[in-house]
Amino acid sequence: MTDMAIRQDNLLTVRGLKIEARNAEGDWHEIVHGVDLDLKRGEVLGLIGESGAGKSTIGLAAMGFARPGCRISGGSILFDGIDLASASERTKRALRGARIAYVAQSAAAAFNPAQRLIDQYAEGPVRHGVQSRAVAYDDAKQLYRRMQMPEPDTIGFRYPHQVSGGQLQRAMTAMAMSCRPDLIIFDEPTTALDVTTQIEVLASIKDVVRQFGTAAIYITHDLAVVAQMADRIKVLRYGCDVEEAAASTMMSAPREEYTRSLWAVRHMEKPAAAPVEEAMPVLSVRNVTAAYGGRRKVLENVSLDVHRGRTVAVVGESGSGKSTLARVIAGLLPPVSGQVLMDGGVLAPAVANRSRQDRQRIQMIYQMADTALNPRQTVRNIVGRPMEFFLGISSAEATARVSRLLDMMELPADCANRLPSELSGGQKQRIGIARALAAEPQLVICDEVTSALDQLVAEGILKLLMRLQQEMKLSFLFITHEFATVEAIADDVVVMQHGKIVDQGTRQEVLHPPRADYTKALVAAVPQMNTGWLEQQLQGRS
Amino acid sequence: MNETKLSRGEGLGGALRLHPLLRMVLRRLGTGLMTLFVVSLIIFFGVSLLPGDFAQAMLGQGATPAAVASLRQHLGLNLPPSIRYVHWLGGMLQGDFGYSLAGTRISSILGERLFNTLFLAAYAAVISVPLAVLLGIIAALYRNSIVDRLINVVTLGAISFPEFFVAYILVLFFSVRLTLFPSLSQVSLGMPIWDRLYVCLLPALALTLVTMAHMMRMTRATIMDLLSTSYIETARLKGIAPWRIIVQHALPNALAPIINAIVINIAYMIVGVVLVEVVFVYPGLGQLLVDSVSKRDLPLVQAASMIFAAVFILLNLLADVLSIVTNPRLLHPR
Repeated sequence: MTDMAIRQDNLLTVRGLKIEARNAEGDWHEIVHGVDLDLKRGEVLGLIGESGAGKSTIGLAAMGFARPGCRISGGSILFDGIDLASASERTKRALRGARIAYVAQSAAAAFNPAQRLIDQYAEGPVRHGVQSRAVAYDDAKQLYRRMQMPEPDTIGFRYPHQVSGGQLQRAMTAMAMSCRPDLIIFDEPTTALDVTTQIEVLASIKDVVRQFGTAAIYITHDLAVVAQMADRIKVLRYGCDVEEAAASTMMSAPREEYTRSLWAVRHMEKPAAAPVEEAMPVLSVRNVTAAYGGRRKVLENVSLDVHRGRTVAVVGESGSGKSTLARVIAGLLPPVSGQVLMDGGVLAPAVANRSRQDRQRIQMIYQMADTALNPRQTVRNIVGRPMEFFLGISSAEATARVSRLLDMMELPADCANRLPSELSGGQKQRIGIARALAAEPQLVICDEVTSALDQLVAEGILKLLMRLQQEMKLSFLFITHEFATVEAIADDVVVMQHGKIVDQGTRQEVLHPPRADYTKALVAAVPQMNTGWLEQQLQGRS
Repeated sequence: MNETKLSRGEGLGGALRLHPLLRMVLRRLGTGLMTLFVVSLIIFFGVSLLPGDFAQAMLGQGATPAAVASLRQHLGLNLPPSIRYVHWLGGMLQGDFGYSLAGTRISSILGERLFNTLFLAAYAAVISVPLAVLLGIIAALYRNSIVDRLINVVTLGAISFPEFFVAYILVLFFSVRLTLFPSLSQVSLGMPIWDRLYVCLLPALALTLVTMAHMMRMTRATIMDLLSTSYIETARLKGIAPWRIIVQHALPNALAPIINAIVINIAYMIVGVVLVEVVFVYPGLGQLLVDSVSKRDLPLVQAASMIFAAVFILLNLLADVLSIVTNPRLLHPR
């Protein structure tokens, strides 16, 4: 009886949801193992977990949708009395967009590049017979205004590529709102955005969801974000329920060990380093100005030093020139003016003109280990090749060293014979690190190496890097946009904005407390774990 | 030093601030003209390398050496090849292709032949392009179904036979057995349009059959590629009907490769039509080229080759421009 009562109150009731995926051999295997889910009207449920937890799959299943290669294999999905698990395609099509809408992670990819934003907005209401095109246009403009988009009356007439990422994400949310649905699935809507943009988008989303009393499932891997957005939080792992509770309870007193481990990651902090002993830095960047194709400057008069055994973190938002700086140091982009020095000797601007020894001294680790590793080469060859090339050792010797290096990376020895596709994301990144270290470099440039990884995996990578630094006296130039990462690894910090250095110094000087105004703004925009943080921020501003 | 260099660069860019689209079209046009120039060199000097003497061929075996020499003098054949090339190119730019072996002005022969060839190509294109794109869309919509397989088998079957074979099969059924259409496609200038369409139907069908598979498969493959994109998923999650998703969301983004396949096939209908023209004794440019090669009518061979080359280059240029026009990123810059 009580079960019935819950159901009548609920907008969405999922019971025993099972989803199967097909692997490369064509066999079906279960990836979501019987998940329950309840959502009342107007309520926001946060779904969190690491990648592979099945968050997105479950979110899409709430629309009765399974991606190609997946299928809903069991359980019921009752949306307002209709079972989406067994409903016909036609029934589901009538609901989708009209009563249940979806906001994708990357708005840039989720908008059709060949259509104007407002036409994509109007498509739903027109096709579902909710509004005429003209009415939908007016409605779109009002929503755009409500979501504080610039030039709300005309911005809809632009194409997706003519609008910035944060605005696109808002346009996407507006599009989802177009038919005033009862339920919206937000699938990591701010993950691809900078912190200062993220806070604006979060505020807009929260505002419209509240205004229209829309229920929402908010999927994210960022705990601080979910704390701001959700009334209740559900933790998932490997396609199973871990626990569920009201947001405030969940943040302050998580029950399960796994949840507590997720919460703990954010508190890593490197002890303050001793002052610099040697006068001569390993790497010295002197007044570098760089531009792509002779056009607008992307780096302007940038100077910094990296000392032996220390980590310099370069932080900034996208477009600040962080990655360009790495390319200049690596010799991939010769600067317009300025110099890069290594141990006091000037390096040739272009990597092609650098000696083998110079190239050996600087190695890089990339953000996407997936694309940075040759998919057709075994791990043994990926890691062994730089040894044979730079150190001139025999193939047999290289094989022995590879297994020692893999051991240092805390990877099983049989990894050597595998292909990158047979490894997990964290393992691939460890191979990326092993490849960089194989050349026995002095300086390693890490370009957002943990951004694509789950927090627990990222923590493991950061700890590994710190251990390697101590053992081998390595110097790191660490490019990142996450302050939690900076706290965990940096001795010195360089803050960049629009291609210029805003502030630099030791971590204590730059961040504790934030010294420059821009740094203050950046740090303030990083979501905090307490549930009322977003409101406080917004109130503090007005 | 670098500052001044940068600012000068910007100044230059400001002076030439054309729409990027126009700039790109102009650049492609320039490349096209360059290619045509190189082709003209190859055609002229390649044909000059062929054995035989044009004046001798014109006058026949019985001509006296003196008559041959005087004709050579008259035609300018004694001039160095580079000078003759310049004359030839200069003449062509003014629409003067010189004289054929029979002594007629080449431009007067070419005009009608070119019109006939273009007419047949246009006729075939009007049938095959919409049909191929439509079949491609249907195949993509019902992918891996029996409909999809049937479309693939039929179009692939048609392309697997040589075109003259396809042409003869059509003649066998439609002319010999059913006697619906003539097996010879003889056209003349003053012919009424309906008669012309009637006599040209079989060659147009033959061309349709040999070109359709490529365009159909390109349409299907490009649309299928796009079906896994995030914005197609968005459209699905907006509750849009499958056929509308394909026509409104996938097709506009698939246009560039489809247009390329279409244009290559239209170029083939104009340039590669020789065998079909021969089968149907159709008085087009391809047949003229074959005839003039066998008659050693070198000026005519050169002129026809140049026209084929120009058509090919122009159509490819058109394909490039159209692919740019269909790309919103280029059409509507930030």
